Amino acid sequence: MAAPTLAPSSWEDAEHELGYRPGGPINIGWFCSDRLCEAGLAETVALRWENHEGRERTYTYDDLRVATNTFAAWLRSLGLEPGERICLFMDRVPELYLGFLAILKMGGIAQPLFSAFGEESLHTRLENAGTAAIVTQKKHVLKVRKIAATLPALRHVVVVDAPASQLKPGETSLALDDLPPVERFDAYPSTAETPSVLHYTSGTTGQPKGAQHVHYSLISQYLTSRVVLDLRPGDIYWCNADPGWVTGTSYGIIGPWACGVTQVVLDAGFQADRWYAFLQKHRVTVWYSAPTAIRLLMREGTELVRKYDLTSLRHLCSVGEPLNAEAVIWSQQAFGRPFHDTFWQTETGCIVITNLPGMPVRPGSMGKPFPGIEATVLDPRTHQPHDAPGRVGLIALRPGWPSMMRGYWKNPAAYQNKFRNGWYLCGDRASIDPDGYFWFVGRDDDVINTGGHLVGPFEIESALLEHPAVAESAAVAKPDPINMEVVKAFVVLKPGFEAGSDLELEIMNVIRRKLSPLAMPQEIEFIKALPKTRSGKIVRRILRAREFGEPVGDVSTVMEE
Amino acid sequence: MDDLTKVILDYVKREYIEEGDDREVGVDTALISGGIVDSFSMVSLKRFVEKKYGIAIPDADATPAAFDSVNKIAELVRRFQQVHA
Repeated sequence: MAAPTLAPSSWEDAEHELGYRPGGPINIGWFCSDRLCEAGLAETVALRWENHEGRERTYTYDDLRVATNTFAAWLRSLGLEPGERICLFMDRVPELYLGFLAILKMGGIAQPLFSAFGEESLHTRLENAGTAAIVTQKKHVLKVRKIAATLPALRHVVVVDAPASQLKPGETSLALDDLPPVERFDAYPSTAETPSVLHYTSGTTGQPKGAQHVHYSLISQYLTSRVVLDLRPGDIYWCNADPGWVTGTSYGIIGPWACGVTQVVLDAGFQADRWYAFLQKHRVTVWYSAPTAIRLLMREGTELVRKYDLTSLRHLCSVGEPLNAEAVIWSQQAFGRPFHDTFWQTETGCIVITNLPGMPVRPGSMGKPFPGIEATVLDPRTHQPHDAPGRVGLIALRPGWPSMMRGYWKNPAAYQNKFRNGWYLCGDRASIDPDGYFWFVGRDDDVINTGGHLVGPFEIESALLEHPAVAESAAVAKPDPINMEVVKAFVVLKPGFEAGSDLELEIMNVIRRKLSPLAMPQEIEFIKALPKTRSGKIVRRILRAREFGEPVGDVSTVMEE
Repeated sequence: MDDLTKVILDYVKREYIEEGDDREVGVDTALISGGIVDSFSMVSLKRFVEKKYGIAIPDADATPAAFDSVNKIAELVRRFQQVHA
């Protein structure tokens, strides 16, 4: 018999548990370090970190408090002001985690970016945010150097793992361990609506948008970590997500540390046996992973799992893309417990639809709305909720939960466009069964969900057009057994260029370097013309439908040569 | 080092290491687990060796473990060269 579903608390209960008084100060940096020390967890391990070379670091909550004080004071000494955007562009090194809390402590807006971004992706996001400082590593500063001169707002380039002698003029070396520890630091007196984090996300049109969050998001992130991830005192927790993406900050920094648990971080690429050895070594109790990773593990089989003692695992969750039923069933066989799917996005800041611990999991279902979140599906034409079980509609949420984004950075029109009839539109389609479980159907736009990351076609097509051989292009999703979707590009060549595998590989690598490996088309099809409307707009949905073997729908306004 | 291994090593250095990056990459350097090549970038690396050596590596064999070093990739290529011979 399944255990009863835990009774979740309300947002108000979460405020009370954290000791937050409405209207009073709330600083995530302080709540995730100093508060835990005051609560008697100063000597509890907050972070155990190791990398692919086997190097290890351990930080207690008191270490975390002092290190983030020191980091925050140092940032302030550079002349950085509250409200300025400070980018973290690093692999999963300790300075990334410490820097995130330090920026919040000194009142800055943390802007984490995925370290695999190429210089063009980086430039787009730093320029839009008007970023004042970037904190990075020696191996990534090379990309920053290529673009720094074209970013007038960027005053500081900070490198955490290289001495000043190895840096260029204008760059600053930060050796955190060598700074005098700052025992007392007055955290910036931010309040609920003070901006905290800026995470960029992709849409169908235009360049990526910065979803702006506030310090009050802590309430949602804490409560969902405690209830959905089931984090309890003494837990050892591993979140696979990179803090360059929202899961890596909401549930890879804020939520677990607000709950006072021990986080383990592995700064290494995927390797199944290494992952199992890591779970075993640290006696991980709660594991938050992603369908792509789970499917890669499935490919290695259950025999490999049996070689490790993974009996410490108590609760498994997954995020990033729909968790297919096969993966849920496999995890039950492999680990003796199912992965629980969680649905949310950059803009929501916290889990909004989910399978709670103890709730009977229906393999393939997203679960039900988190208590405190009002969710439904809307008719795509009228944007009114419809109750018919099984009928597909647009996933919509009633605004008002603590961690909802407060806007897109410098783009109020795009923000307004996310609402209809008082509902926030997630951009996804789903149906609801008679028992209230949500079932994911697909995106409602042209955004490509690859390995749990959203990639916008516009950014890829713009980069493709910069290649001298490309006359026109369209980027669409193509189904993939591991990543759910991957990018496929359709390219019309300029006269004089010949299609072939050499050119295909060259274009793939150009996009990988400029944008990111995620945005690199895994296949390029050279075609004579793209399907367009009479007004000349490329109709991606036809190309996508062909890739998925779906009906192309109404093509009466489409011209194809 | 044989020609095949050298061609792959040169390609990895040229395509996956930023110009000016002084990290040493050798034939046994961990590429995937070491964070130099991720699972998405692995596709272009696979495409390169398939094109260069006229082979087709099935997805089931193109695992992160099989692409984790230049030596391992060279070994994989040799195996499929024999299959195609």
